[in-house]
Amino acid sequence: MTPADCFARLPNLLAADTDLRRRGHWLNVDCRVDIGAEPFHLTLREGGLADFGRGTRLLHSIAFSLSGTDEAWLHHWQKVPEPGWHDLFAMTKHGVLSMDGDLRPLLQNLQYFKDLLALPRRLPEAG
Amino acid sequence: MAPALDPMVGRYVRLDIDDVPHRIYFDEAGQGIPLVCLHTAGADSRQFRHLLADPEITRRFRVLAFDMPWHGKSTPPDGWERDEYRLTTASYTAAIRAFCRAMELDRPVVMGCSIGGRIVLNLAIGHAAEFRALIALEAADFQKPWYDTAWLHRPDVHGGEICAALVSGLIAPQSPPVSRHETLWMYMQGGPGVFKGDLYFYRVDGDLREKVKTIDTSICPLYLMTGEYDFSCTTEDTLRTAAQIPGAEVRVMKELGHFPMSENPARFREYILPVLDKIAR
Repeated sequence: MTPADCFARLPNLLAADTDLRRRGHWLNVDCRVDIGAEPFHLTLREGGLADFGRGTRLLHSIAFSLSGTDEAWLHHWQKVPEPGWHDLFAMTKHGVLSMDGDLRPLLQNLQYFKDLLALPRRLPEAG
Repeated sequence: MAPALDPMVGRYVRLDIDDVPHRIYFDEAGQGIPLVCLHTAGADSRQFRHLLADPEITRRFRVLAFDMPWHGKSTPPDGWERDEYRLTTASYTAAIRAFCRAMELDRPVVMGCSIGGRIVLNLAIGHAAEFRALIALEAADFQKPWYDTAWLHRPDVHGGEICAALVSGLIAPQSPPVSRHETLWMYMQGGPGVFKGDLYFYRVDGDLREKVKTIDTSICPLYLMTGEYDFSCTTEDTLRTAAQIPGAEVRVMKELGHFPMSENPARFREYILPVLDKIAR
C-alpha cells in the first residue's frame, strides 16, 4: 500500500475518533495535504470531514497546504516512528515537509492537525 | 488513615535579582549535597517532581527545584505589566546565583533542562568554581530554530494550546501518555508571552558558540545528556558541543525527548542515577 493509499483511509479513521472530532469542534477550514505527488483536499467542518477528495482540483481555494515526501509520510506513520520523523515540525526542520499558505487555522488547531495527520499509524498496515 | 503526602515541601523565598525584589517558589526534599533543578522554557518546577520523590536521590541530595520569575507560583516583579518579558543570559544567570545565595547553598550541583541546560553551560563558562557539578539536559551551544516564536503570543491563537501543541512533538513516542499529558499541561498553564520571552534567551541572546571552548571541567565536572527524540536540541547539537569541551561527559538517552524528567521519569532515572552516583562519590 502506498502512503497515498494509507491517507485515503483518513475519513474512516477520523470517523472512528470521537475525541479528536470533539477537540476540533470549532474548526472549519479547507486545506490540502500532499502525500508525495498526490494531493488530497480536506473540507473540515466542526472537526469532521465534510468532504475529502483525492487528486487535483482546479481553482479550488484552500487556506493552507502541507506537502510531504512519500518517504516522510511513510516514516511518520510507523507505529513507533523513528527520531526525526515523529513530528510534523521535526520533518519541516529536516526539509521533507513544508507548510504553506495562511497558517493561522493550522496553528490555532495545531494539536488537532498533528493528531489528524498521525491517524494512519492506526492502520494495520502501519509498520 | 494517614494522608498520602508526597515527600517534597513547597515554600517561598524572598530575594533580590539584580536589585529587584522577588518572591520565588521552590519545592524541596532530601538531605546532603544541594541539587538545584532548572525547568524548561515556559514551564515550571513541577517537571522535577519525580526526582523530588525518589528516595534513592533524596537520601544523598537536597533537591531544590524553583520556579523562575514569571513561572509557576513565582510571581513576576512589581510593575511587570509595563514591560515585555524577555529572559537574557545575564538575567537568567543572576536569578540562579541569587537563589543559591539566598538559600545559602554550598557549591550546589545544578541540573537544568533545555534553556536550563543552556544556562548551565553559561554557569560552566563564567562561574564554575561556585558549583560542585553541572548537568545540562537537552543542551547545546546553539540550535537551529524550527518555528517563528511570534505565534506564541498573539490574540488570535490560544497561548497555552499553541505552546503545548508545538512542544508535544519533542516528547518521545514511547513516553507514557499520562506523563506526556502532564508535561503538556504545564505548558498550557504558562502566562501570556512567557514561553516566548524565555526563548529570547534561547534564540537571540544565549548563543554560546566559541564560548564553550573555555569551559574547564577540572574546576567543575560537566555532564551533557540529550534524548534521541529531541529535534529542538538534537543529539548532534549536544555531541558537537561536548566535543569542544575537554573532559565533558556526554550521554544520548534512548527513547526520550526534550523533557526526560517529566515525560518518562522511570526511563530518565536509568540515565540520571549513575551520574548522580558519580557526583556523590
